[in-house]
Amino acid sequence: MSVTDVGTVPTPAARPAAQTPFQRFVADFTESRLATIAFILLIVTMVLALIAPWIVPQNPYDLAQVDIMDSRLKPGTPAASGKYTHWLGTDGAGRDLVSAMLYGLRISLAVGVMSGVIAMALGAAIGLIAAYAGGRTESIIMRIVDLQLSFPAILVALMLIAILGKGVDKIIIALVTVQWAYYARTVRGSALVESRKEYVEAARCLGLSNARILFRHILPNCLPPLIVVVTVQTAHAISLEATLSFLGVGLPQTEPSLGLLISNGFQYMLSGEYWISFFPGLVLLMTIVVINLVGDQLRDVLNPRLSK
Amino acid sequence: MTGADPRKQEPTLAVEGLKTHFFTKAGVVKAVDGVSLHVNPGEILGLVGESGSGKSITGFSILGLIDAPGRIVEGSIRYKGRELTTASDEELRKLRGDRIAMIFQDPMMTLNPVLRIDTQMIETVRVHHRVSKSEALERSRAALAEVGIPSPESRLKNYPHELSGGMRQRVAIAIAFINKPDLIIADEPTTALDVTIQAQILAEAQALCARTGTAMIWITHDLAVVSSLADRIAVMYAGRVVETGRTSEVVSAPRHPYTRGLINSVPSHNARGSRLAQIPGMTPSLMNLPKGCAFRTRCPQAIDVCLETPPIREIAPGREIRCFNPVGAAQPAAAEVAP
Amino acid sequence: MHSEPRLTAYIIRRLMQSAAVVLAMSVIVFLGLNVIGDPVYLLIDPQADQAEIERTIRRLGLDQPIYIQYFNFITNALTGNLGTSFVHGTSALKLIVDRMPATLEIAIAATLMSIVFGIPLGLYAGLKPDNFFSKSIMATSILGFSLPTFWVGIMMIMVFAVMLGWLPSTGRGPTATFLGITSSLFTIDGLRHIAMPALNLALLKISLVIRLTRAGTREAIHQDYIKFARAKGISSSRIVGVHLLKNIMIPVVTVLGLEFGNLVAFSVVTETIFAWPGMGKLLIDSIQSLDRPVIVAYLIIIVLLFVIINLVVDILYSVLDPRVRIGEKSA
Repeated sequence: MSVTDVGTVPTPAARPAAQTPFQRFVADFTESRLATIAFILLIVTMVLALIAPWIVPQNPYDLAQVDIMDSRLKPGTPAASGKYTHWLGTDGAGRDLVSAMLYGLRISLAVGVMSGVIAMALGAAIGLIAAYAGGRTESIIMRIVDLQLSFPAILVALMLIAILGKGVDKIIIALVTVQWAYYARTVRGSALVESRKEYVEAARCLGLSNARILFRHILPNCLPPLIVVVTVQTAHAISLEATLSFLGVGLPQTEPSLGLLISNGFQYMLSGEYWISFFPGLVLLMTIVVINLVGDQLRDVLNPRLSK
Repeated sequence: MTGADPRKQEPTLAVEGLKTHFFTKAGVVKAVDGVSLHVNPGEILGLVGESGSGKSITGFSILGLIDAPGRIVEGSIRYKGRELTTASDEELRKLRGDRIAMIFQDPMMTLNPVLRIDTQMIETVRVHHRVSKSEALERSRAALAEVGIPSPESRLKNYPHELSGGMRQRVAIAIAFINKPDLIIADEPTTALDVTIQAQILAEAQALCARTGTAMIWITHDLAVVSSLADRIAVMYAGRVVETGRTSEVVSAPRHPYTRGLINSVPSHNARGSRLAQIPGMTPSLMNLPKGCAFRTRCPQAIDVCLETPPIREIAPGREIRCFNPVGAAQPAAAEVAP
Repeated sequence: MHSEPRLTAYIIRRLMQSAAVVLAMSVIVFLGLNVIGDPVYLLIDPQADQAEIERTIRRLGLDQPIYIQYFNFITNALTGNLGTSFVHGTSALKLIVDRMPATLEIAIAATLMSIVFGIPLGLYAGLKPDNFFSKSIMATSILGFSLPTFWVGIMMIMVFAVMLGWLPSTGRGPTATFLGITSSLFTIDGLRHIAMPALNLALLKISLVIRLTRAGTREAIHQDYIKFARAKGISSSRIVGVHLLKNIMIPVVTVLGLEFGNLVAFSVVTETIFAWPGMGKLLIDSIQSLDRPVIVAYLIIIVLLFVIINLVVDILYSVLDPRVRIGEKSA
């Protein structure tokens, strides 16, 4: 018995009725100002990455536009050509850092989102199958999931890369391999809960096919937890890709992501030319934090157990 | 028993006009709102009330164990003449477990699951008395034997989860008695136990009090339990004591309508087959109490004057009620009589 | 106590489970090498000529059926023969084992740091949840989860080595031997060298311990046993230090134990940043120089390490928590 447990605390005033679920979702989400700002920043980041080729002063991978004489310029130095200013300086190869960063952001986001989507499709399908099949199939699948999750993601990714070699496709394979198990576990968990509910029984009585019940009835009801896992895992994927690229076993030099830019700048760090690593790192950091904040708020809003 | 002695003597504990309020975000919860009671040496006082009536909070207030957002806002608590509401945390800590001990409701939760019984007993002795570890261990063994635990030697080496609920409550009682306190506050200590074990514990607690001369406040919602145990009864409703008196008098001739309601709703008082009497309505929210007498809205005898707060008044030696229109009164206390 | 035989039976059962996991992993590693990857490409020096390749294929038995190859692989592994490094020309296993102390040293230092920083901060945040400092602790710990380890490492070098010049940025310091253990933790310069890498590795775990400790504290202080201890007149320092901490330590120690393997794996990143001569740095160097026998040896060692850690933590947990020791709930 707790001392603070006294009397009945009146429930806060009920929400105004007559809202669509989506409106209620928006209202709940924007309750946190931090998450709202994070969401706006995330949209801005994604738009910037998308339109990068049209807004940056130079194409950092077009050798004709990059002048090696411009290498390692301090932030705010005008370019040798005089056409524009390197607001954040240049890197070791003379690339404008703003341009290189936005291109890097594009690659980082693309790799993260692509691996996230593939892993989600794969993991969700496997999780659904496990939940629906039950018995032996389920226990074998879940054993594999548990085994995989007991090893750190970075280790699994490093091993795959050691076996497969470098390259964008290899990195995506490695990231998918690392992530699918989280989706499988999440979907299986909620599918198990859902499949015991009466509407599934009703659908069975109507004689609907297994596939239809699985994908049209059970899967949509597993979406809320899945959405949360997608955001968190995408942030993980971006971070992991950056880490692998930093270690020099990720993306090739021809397609430098943020991680590779940081890695390239690291060698100049000790001589005090901090900006080459610092600014790409800041962008990477901001992207990850923003996604995590949005994910946190989604978890709070979508989790029915937490809703008051 | 000596505790029932009506002669003037200094009570072990005297609470006067105690108010403990909780300042929550939703509003102020007046959990205890003007409680006065006293316990004499060696006496057992039954503090009776429904859940949420503030009886447990009264107990915790006496020990100085009210946490934020709760606070004692008014009143005095005197232990052997010493004021406790103004005492420092350290002074209160020294009293707790030594002069005033407490037994909790749920024996499954009161003992620390990861510490052995001997650790939890020895620390209780050693925090208050400068004795050797072996001496403290010996006292612990004796205390366990005192509450009827078989082979206390080996029980001392056990962890709480290795004992049954009844055993654990006996251990908690042994811990409460270990420093031979002047007062024990027992917060529904038998509610969570089986009926047979309940009876054993009651008998043991009573015998222990008699043997050691320890006074006790036995907090309960069960009138049947206290009527066989307590020397005196104080009935609480919505943060206030509404009736006090010797157990036999209160039970046989309740004067407050609420006390009468409580007694009538004990099954044994009703003829078989007839409908069990119950008090209409619900316990009011402590944040939003009715004006005047808090029981007014449920009271069959409410009159106009009940919109005022009734003062506590002595209707016989040692018998006090807080009611304008008590049960069995020829005439209401106030002038205006409801038609 | 009477639980001893049950504990022994439990340990035996867990040992058998661990052996099964190692066997399963060996099949996966073997299939990974032979089905996904090309074993000739993986195990033979890329500079070898055709004749030598032929010879090696026969010597390694790669022309044999796959189950015989697996049997040979296991036999070799069991006798500690995991191949010879192309780069170093010595036993791959010996290379890894030589580098292991440096990695274990940094992982242990990081674990200690997460206890030393994480538990007091988590306790404070749990005991005074509404305090500004507590809220700052929690906000920082969220950041600790989001920040990529390598980026924090770089920033630490920038601030503490380049700007302030307080700590060396790379390498391991001199070692000294104390109680039969040789470690850089026993020399002043060694400590200066390990401070940054260990803190870098520990950041994530500090955040984790803070959150675990805080959650445990928040839960425990509302428990009756804490209130009962207060009612007994126990001093608040003993309540926090004994009653509370002992309950919190069980999940914290369990999680930290399980995370130790994670630390060893993540030391790959930290070792690369701080040029720490451990097995993680060796792994990255080997991946870059395609020194495959070393990669395989690392993989096998790390799987063994994980299995051992899981086993030790499970046993430790059953020893720490008296409720688990008995197994089932008693009367």
